[in-house]
Amino acid sequence: MRRWLTFAWIAALRFLSEGRMQTGFILGGIAIGVGVIVFMSAMLTSVQTNFTNRVLTSQPQIQLKPPDEVARPLRRDDGVVEAAIVQRPTQRILSLDQWQTVLSSMRARSDIVVATPSVSGSALAVRGDASRSIGILGMEPDDYFRIVRLPDYIIAGEPSLGTDDILVGIDLANDLGATVGDKLNITTGPGGSRILTIRGIFDLGNRGANERNTYVQLRTAQSLLNLIGGVTEIDLTVADVYAAETVAQDIGAVLPVKAESWIVTNAQFFTAIWAQTLSSLLIRSFVGLSVAFGIAAVLIVSVLQRSKDIGILRAMGSSRGKILRIFLIQGGVLGFLGSLFGSFMGGIALFAWYRLARQANGAELFPLVVEPSLFLFSALLATITGVLAGMVPALRAARLDPVEAIRG
Amino acid sequence: MADLLVLDGIRKSYNVGTPVETEVLHGIDLVMKAGEFVALMGPSGCGKSTLLNIVGLLDRPTSGHLFIDGKDTTSLAEAALTRLRGHSIGFVFQYHHLISAFTARENVIMPMLVDHGRPDAPMERRADELLDQVGLGKWRDTRATNMSGGQQQRVAIARALAMNPLLVLADEPTGNLDTASAQGVFELMRRFNLQRGTTFLVVTHNHDLAAQCDRIIDLVDGRLTGDRRIRGIDRVSRPG
Ligand SMILES: Nc1ncnc2c1ncn2[C@@H]1O[C@H](COP(=O)(O)OP(=O)(O)OP(=O)(O)O)[C@@H](O)[C@H]1O
Ligand SMILES: [Mg+2]
Repeated sequence: MRRWLTFAWIAALRFLSEGRMQTGFILGGIAIGVGVIVFMSAMLTSVQTNFTNRVLTSQPQIQLKPPDEVARPLRRDDGVVEAAIVQRPTQRILSLDQWQTVLSSMRARSDIVVATPSVSGSALAVRGDASRSIGILGMEPDDYFRIVRLPDYIIAGEPSLGTDDILVGIDLANDLGATVGDKLNITTGPGGSRILTIRGIFDLGNRGANERNTYVQLRTAQSLLNLIGGVTEIDLTVADVYAAETVAQDIGAVLPVKAESWIVTNAQFFTAIWAQTLSSLLIRSFVGLSVAFGIAAVLIVSVLQRSKDIGILRAMGSSRGKILRIFLIQGGVLGFLGSLFGSFMGGIALFAWYRLARQANGAELFPLVVEPSLFLFSALLATITGVLAGMVPALRAARLDPVEAIRG
Repeated sequence: MADLLVLDGIRKSYNVGTPVETEVLHGIDLVMKAGEFVALMGPSGCGKSTLLNIVGLLDRPTSGHLFIDGKDTTSLAEAALTRLRGHSIGFVFQYHHLISAFTARENVIMPMLVDHGRPDAPMERRADELLDQVGLGKWRDTRATNMSGGQQQRVAIARALAMNPLLVLADEPTGNLDTASAQGVFELMRRFNLQRGTTFLVVTHNHDLAAQCDRIIDLVDGRLTGDRRIRGIDRVSRPG
């Protein structure tokens, strides 16, 4: 007997180690359940962290644009509407009004980390016989690359831009048969055309973006789109990415601009994340519930098997409370030990998955985010689950009539 | 000598308030002095175990009063009864003598552990001492399941004495043993009674064993029908 253990602990541990088969099987069951929960949680966190990072580092968190142009119904002086049917006007490419003022007021805000102007429009990229319609985005690389981590996604060449340079996506480069150093003829409606040199090729992990997105210096885009001195948007990153929508609404209320946060522009992404989180939560809860039922079932049987022992212990002067504790401890210990094995199994499964599941080129699918708190948290949760599951058997044991138990 | 145990009009009914309500004990009056070694005899179903369970505070009488060492237990709450039982009463049962998950020594330690909460050296020493006295010193680390019936019952006696109780209740302690082991177990109890002055109330069907007691009480159909004193008690008072 361990000197530092109390009566209830000694009895609980001995009862567990005596019923070796039962204890072994239920520990296996708990371990599998906890393993599944650990594996799923780590996967979910990894996937979501990875996706969120990608979304956050491949687009501004808030974009400020000129307000939509709207046509008003024509009214006479006496207020009678003359032409009530209003067609939505075409949205021209317009410069943001007073953008220098807007930019400096953005840079003055403490909840905004980076603010930088950009110009975007569409164009035609021509190389030899091939031509593709593209979007061009002109920006100031030093600031813009702090918002969109383009350098991280460069797979050939480098992310440095002169006034006659352009960065293109991998799919556009393939479509045009071009590579780093090749020249493209970029043509726009309003601004004519220019010959630009490909300085870098990027892969944003998204076919649409890899086909259409191109990046040039702010001046280059201004001249191509005939917007000398103007910008079409101001891009921002904020201190708290999840507060982006609040900040956007705040800006929209103060300034004559249209402020769009990433939370609104990626509504589908958030729905997907939410659905994923919810379904995984459901699965994990049900796994947890079945673990709890397993523990309860094993302990109920144990109470029946040990009812004479319980009677003897009661005759010796153990209170109902002490008997209750013996079985709650057993539940807790089962949960805790099971979660240790389960964490180990989940860890091994994660490691194996990380080694085996690879992209075609051998690179990792996405970085695994495995936090120690996950293991701590599942151990804690499993222990609590065990104690709760032990509640029914423990109450049953505590309520046992010693006379019946000893006679039976 | 002081009255250790006083039963005053103890009645016990089972299934109270149902159509099958039956009274098993019909008003038992009994006085036992400290240091007595008493045999309780009677035919099967007469209520011996019921009486023992009431005296042992495992069960409550339907009416009547039970005094242990001068204290009326009838009004005590369950927690107080449990504590009193742990400190003052030791049990030896006919079946299922020991807790099978534990060794002989651990079984003897158990009542002290229940009381003190944590094991310590004096408990172990006391357990070893008791096991030596019942002749099982060498068996102390043996699991209960690996012992013979007689050996288990000796350990059970050592365990019943672990808390140095005022009273030991034994319900057919030798009912499952062969004649030789039964005599051995009986003598052991008798020796503790003589050496320590512990009071014993022993249920037995064996007339030879009963004849070795101080006093024989007969219970028939829930009534005391006989009370014979065989020999006087002239012992030194109980050691503390
Ligand atoms: N829980 C109970 N419910 C109903 N009746 C009971 C209960 N316990 C005992 N009885 C009845 O009370 C009577 C006395 O039982 P008890 O066990 O005290 O007899 P006993 O003298 O110990 O018999 P034995 O020598 O067979 O052990 C019996 O008729 C028994 O059927
Ligand atoms: Mg009986």
